[in-house]
Parts: sequence; C-alpha cells; structure tokens
Amino acid sequence: MTIPRGKIVAIMGGSGCGKTTILRLIGGQLRPQSGQVRVGGLSVPDLAPSALYELRRKSGMLFQFGALFTDMSVFENIAFPMREHTALPEELIRDLVLMKLQAVGLRGAAQLMPAELSGGMARRVALARAIALDPLLILYDEPFAGLDPISLGVVGQLIRRLNDALSITSVVVTHDVYESLKIVDYLYFVSEGRVIASGTPDEVRASSDPFVRQFVDGAPDGPVPFHYPAPAYREELFADVG
Amino acid sequence: MSAELVAGIAQWLRRLGGTVTGAVAQLGFAARFLAAVLWHTPSAFRRIHLTLREIYFTGVLSLVIILMSGLFVGMVLSLQGYETLKRYGADEQLGILVALALVRELGPVISGLLFASRAGSAITAEIGLMKTTEQLAAMEMMAVDPLARVIAPRFWGGVISMPLLAALFSAAGIFGGYLVGVRLIGIDAGAFWGQMQAGVDFWPDVTNGIIKSVVFGAAVSLISVFEGYNAKPTAEGVASATTRTVVLSSLAILALDFVMTAFMFRGGNAT
Repeated sequence: MTIPRGKIVAIMGGSGCGKTTILRLIGGQLRPQSGQVRVGGLSVPDLAPSALYELRRKSGMLFQFGALFTDMSVFENIAFPMREHTALPEELIRDLVLMKLQAVGLRGAAQLMPAELSGGMARRVALARAIALDPLLILYDEPFAGLDPISLGVVGQLIRRLNDALSITSVVVTHDVYESLKIVDYLYFVSEGRVIASGTPDEVRASSDPFVRQFVDGAPDGPVPFHYPAPAYREELFADVG
Repeated sequence: MSAELVAGIAQWLRRLGGTVTGAVAQLGFAARFLAAVLWHTPSAFRRIHLTLREIYFTGVLSLVIILMSGLFVGMVLSLQGYETLKRYGADEQLGILVALALVRELGPVISGLLFASRAGSAITAEIGLMKTTEQLAAMEMMAVDPLARVIAPRFWGGVISMPLLAALFSAAGIFGGYLVGVRLIGIDAGAFWGQMQAGVDFWPDVTNGIIKSVVFGAAVSLISVFEGYNAKPTAEGVASATTRTVVLSSLAILALDFVMTAFMFRGGNAT
C-alpha cells in the first residue's frame, strides 16, 4: 500500500478489519509483527522515541470522536499543540488559533467547552487542532462516523479543501463509501488484514469486484457474510431435542 | 476418588500460584510506572502551573471534608478519652492524649483514607475517562507525553497535598478536643495546653506523623494514577478502576501504617 504525497487516500473496510490499526502503525503507537511502515522514507517502528516525536510533530491525527481535551475550552484545545511545541508569544498564538478556527468555520465557538459542542462541531474543532502546527500528514480515523448529512458534507469538504490549500497528505480510514468517493483521490479496500482491491473513485464505481460491489451497494450479504460464524442453525436449534 | 482429590488440590495450587505471580507482576509493573513518572518529573515541573492546579483540586477542594472530619474526630476523642482518664483521676492528661493520638496515628491515617476516597477516586476516574475518550492517545500523537503532562502533575499534587491535609486534620482535631474538653467538660485550659506542650515532642511524635502522611500521600497518589492509566477503556473498566483505587489505597494505608508504627516505636523508646 502506498500513499502519495499531497493526495487523499481512503482505506475502506468493514468494522473491525484493521483500519484503525493501520493508522496506529503509521503513527507509531503500535509496532508491526512483520512487514514495514515507512513515512517520508523513515521506517516508523525503528525510530528512536525522540525521532518518533519529531515525526508526530509534523503530523496530525483526527480521532473518531474528536478526542478533545474536556477540561479545556475550544480555544485552549487548539492552542495546546502550539504552546507545547513552540515558544510563540501569546498574541501570535491567539491570532493563529483564530485563523485555524476560521478555516473550519467555528471562530464564534472559541470560548465554548467541548461538552457544549455538537458531534459535527467537535469533529471540526479536532480538525482545527490537527492542523494547528501545519502538518505534512493528517491521519483521519472515521471522520464521518455518527454525523448528520450536513455535518458530513461539511467535514468532507473541509478535508478536501485543507488538503489542497495546505498541500497535506491525508489518510482517511472510513467505511463511508458514498462520502469518500466524492472527495478522495484513491481508495484501498481492506478485509481481514489484507488489501483486496484498490482504485481511483471512477474505477471503484465501475468495478465488478464482488467485495467492492457489496461495499458500494451496501448489500447485506456477499463476500462479507451477514452471519457471524456459527454452527449450523438447524443443529443448534434442535440440539436438545435429540 | 483420591485421584480426583489430587487433581483438585493441584488445580487449587495452580490457581494460587497464578494469583501470586500475577500480583508480583502487577507490583513490578507499578514500580516501573513509578520510575517512569519520576523520570518525567523534571519536564512536568517545568510547567509548574499544572502541578499547582492539581494541588488546588486534590488539596484545597478536600479542605472542607478534612477539617470537618478532624473537628469531629477530635471532639469524640475528647469525650471518650475523658471518660477513661477520669477513672484513674488523670483527666488533666486529656490534652496529651488527644494530641498524641491525632498527630501520630489518626491524623495521617484518617486523612489518608478520606484523601483516597475524595481525591484518589477522582484522579483515577479522570485519567480513566481521558483514556476512554482517546485524549491520552491524542496527546501522544501530538508528541506530548501524557506521563509528563497528565500523570506526573497529578502524582506530585497528591504527594504535596496529603501531608498538609494531615497536618490540618490534626490541628482541627486538637481544636475539637479543646472545645469538648475545656469548653464543654470544663477541664482547666492551662492544664490542657500545658500537658500537651510538655508531652508531645516535635521529634519523634510530630515528625513520625509527617513521615507517615508523606508515605500515605505517595502510596495513594501512585495507586490512583496507576489505576487510571491502566483502566480498561470502557465504562465498566473506569468504574472498577475507581473502586480498586479506594480499596487498594485504604488497605495500603492501614498496612503501611502498621509497618511504619512497628519501626518507629519499637522497644518503647518513644514515650
């Protein structure tokens, strides 16, 4: 699997197929049992802690439910990485935070606490925090999960716009085909820990691969079975009848 | 028959062995965790406002319960002590009894127990929830070590607050003892304070109490942050971690208290 610089690549697959694990491998939170993970030519699992932190400083991650710090306001959340990693004066941090918030359309919400935000707003604030230090790489963990259609479109457009405006590389892990087909440059389909199909959005729409078709059409049964593996239905039902 | 018995005993032994090795492994894990926290302490102290904030949360906000409890414990001690001392005609000694009991034992132990249930449980629940909502993972991905930013300040906040709370508990208790002994029962105020001054030494009585409260503070804080950091990231995980913090802290306080008392007052060399 390769993710070219400056593009948006989606990694798709059913729940529990190892999509989030891929992000954690890229971020260096997990070590692979076998195989390689390389970011910008560096092998992530072999990095010393200081080099890993250096790499993380240049990347941002958007967590599934935002993972905003609940004891800080929206403003403080976005200022957090700047305060931790730079020695910028307070006025400059203020201006930068407001610029990041403007980019996601939430400048007016700067003083709210995370508990006062809707799901979509929290996701946008987390996005503003992820771009706080102008990263080269952003990892998105299920950015569309649990959003209403409007927020869904807003977040999708934001990912595309930020990617193009800041020439970031984006990795989007998701199971939302419809939304990702609209914004990404390339898709990988993952099942049971391996890549089973890939292509540009147009190729995916035209694909005849049964797994891709089931995913795109949302069919309940197919290569991914509806039933969790179980003993034969008839046998289990009549087991005690003898 | 006997084969079954042997198998049963073998299984019981195996389970016992598993429990013991599990507990030892957990202890080793906690020791390594403590070492990591100490390692990150300098970088945590560079942002001293974080530790000050924790001292406020664990210390200042515990003041009401600590002072109230101290007052009542002192009052009860005074009533009970007076009843007993009067039988031997030693009711003038009430001041010394109240002060020694509080400074040596009740101050550190009861404020430690209260501290564990008031502040320790809150620390565990907060860290556990931060873990559940991926805040700790988010911090790691922002190249900020949660051990330095979240864990170490909470640990030191507890270690610093606890002796201060124990001292205030003892002070409130002595005041409560004075209220009941002198104001209510009518013991001579001069005798009450004079006996106390003559009978309580800074070394070893007060210092031993301080040592105990520092040790309890470190134990409770370590258990609290350790349980929170290692909580399973689910609702039940955080709930059971919080419970374990209170149970383990209480047991640790009582057990450590016995061990330290045995060392401090062995051979009756003090009073």
